[in-house]
Amino acid sequence: MAILSTPRSAVQLASKGRPLREHLFRIALLASLAIAIAFLAMLIVYVVEEGWPRLDSTLWENQPSIRRPETAGIQSGILGTLWIIGLTALMALPTGILAAIYLEEYADKTKWYNRLIELNISNLAAVPSIVYGILGLGMIARWMQFGFTVMTGALTVSLLVLPIVIISAREAIRAVPPSIREGSLALGATQWQTIYRQVLPASVPGIATGSILALSRAIGEAAPFLMLGAATLVRFNPEGVWSTFTVLPLQIYSFIARPQEEFAILAAAAIVILLAILLLMNSVAIWLRNRYQKRW
Amino acid sequence: MSAQHRTAAPRTSGSLARSRPRYGELAVKVVLLLAALVSVLTTVGIVVALLEPTIEFFSEVGLGEFFGSTTWGPLFNPPAFGVWPIIVATLEITLIAIVVAVPLGLASAIYLSEYATPRVRKVLKPVLEVLAGVPTVVFGFFALTFVTPLLQDVFPFLGLDGKNALSAGLLVGVMIIPIVASLSEDSMAAVPNGLREGSYALGASKMITSVRVVVPAAFSGIVAAIILAVSRAAGETMIVAIAGGFKSVFTLNPANEMATMAAFIAQAGSGDASVGSTAYKTIFAVGSLLFVMTFAMNYLSARMVQKYREVYD
Repeated sequence: MAILSTPRSAVQLASKGRPLREHLFRIALLASLAIAIAFLAMLIVYVVEEGWPRLDSTLWENQPSIRRPETAGIQSGILGTLWIIGLTALMALPTGILAAIYLEEYADKTKWYNRLIELNISNLAAVPSIVYGILGLGMIARWMQFGFTVMTGALTVSLLVLPIVIISAREAIRAVPPSIREGSLALGATQWQTIYRQVLPASVPGIATGSILALSRAIGEAAPFLMLGAATLVRFNPEGVWSTFTVLPLQIYSFIARPQEEFAILAAAAIVILLAILLLMNSVAIWLRNRYQKRW
Repeated sequence: MSAQHRTAAPRTSGSLARSRPRYGELAVKVVLLLAALVSVLTTVGIVVALLEPTIEFFSEVGLGEFFGSTTWGPLFNPPAFGVWPIIVATLEITLIAIVVAVPLGLASAIYLSEYATPRVRKVLKPVLEVLAGVPTVVFGFFALTFVTPLLQDVFPFLGLDGKNALSAGLLVGVMIIPIVASLSEDSMAAVPNGLREGSYALGASKMITSVRVVVPAAFSGIVAAIILAVSRAAGETMIVAIAGGFKSVFTLNPANEMATMAAFIAQAGSGDASVGSTAYKTIFAVGSLLFVMTFAMNYLSARMVQKYREVYD
């Protein structure tokens, strides 16, 4: 690109005696970043303040109730979210990591089907989550006849986070330098032995970080579950994979939809719990990355 | 370089060649390929799930009414299927979001990439990641119970409804700031230092270097980031469902309640339409439209990166 080519721009590039503009520009940039951060701080302070009266043990010991919002809890939502996340971790993480290994270590980039898989994954990563809800509704709940169960929810969300897992695992695998692989191959290891004993151990921190971030996306997701009939106030805990369920974000949504002030407070309290879980997961991910990040 | 090393087979030393086929290795490769194919199956699943009900919908309603009229109310009696109000609402909320997110996100990216010291960056980047991780239902709650009342107090002349496109759009904008910021920063960080040094050597200041050298050099990545953010904003559901409302009026006034495409899907899909009815099939028709729109934008974004990417060594 002709960035520096014309003499005109070369003249404009000179900046004699304009320290004030430089200063203002820097301040404007910092202010933009500060606005985003201040917004996050404001949001957290607001929900903690709003939800404070309900932040006690009744919140997680009780079940939701339409008639008694002042003592209603979110236990079914917390347990539903745990079920979904557990199953999603079991299904999406192995599949995603195996797919990432294939794309990084085996796939011949000149073959059309490998390019198709790559293009497809980057496209899937940007498909709106509500469309995954339609997939869950149309294919998993109705066509496969899994109904509106924990299994349907977990499968839907697994497909939703799969591209994120694959993309982050690929980055972690790519960060392992080729010399490690060459050394292993030169010593007579097969390709799979090289991957299993050298590449994977070296990329575990990166894969773990990406996986945690992908699962935290799954925890906060509400739109797909809206399509899976989980919107009602479910008042019992899921008992297995074929049980009906609700999740915490959706429970929050159903509280917000009710007009009474008590439900707004309850929603804020539930949001504090949700944010606390997510902040914890994010911190673990960031700590993992900083602690184990290797410079080759 | 590595590929050359690996493929340069030592032809002279025949004894080093593989003596028997390794079935285990082959099996591993097949399993890995199957895992990669799950993603292709997902796309097929999405298309199949959308296609059949969509075709049925258009055989009942017809393209003319869908794209030719401006009254939307598939859940009303009598129903109306003019899709423009929800398309306009989607575009309007996306526009508001972009107006918020592009300046703030881009400025944040320039600061993080060009001005921040490594220590500052190490603190600020995780904060942006946390912002990116906030569930959208939380943003929706914040928009409905904090931002809307605040705007109503500060700007009473706007005449904001309790649910309105303005607050929803603002919060969708905040939601996509981290997408714009982090992807733009990645592409600015990829601009080689030689360009910056050349600019300084010509006497340019830091600001001029950032704006006239780094940003143009990273332009394809920045545009791709913005397109991705647009498609995320257009498909966002929970914020618009909570703070933007479900009422569908053909208007451009952001002070009004207006349902987007995603909000309609959420409303009809969460039990307001009975299975098999035309209203139920509308979910899939609107879903197809949304899928096609975001798919086109993602394709455009990928092409931008491919076509205009500057390759530096």
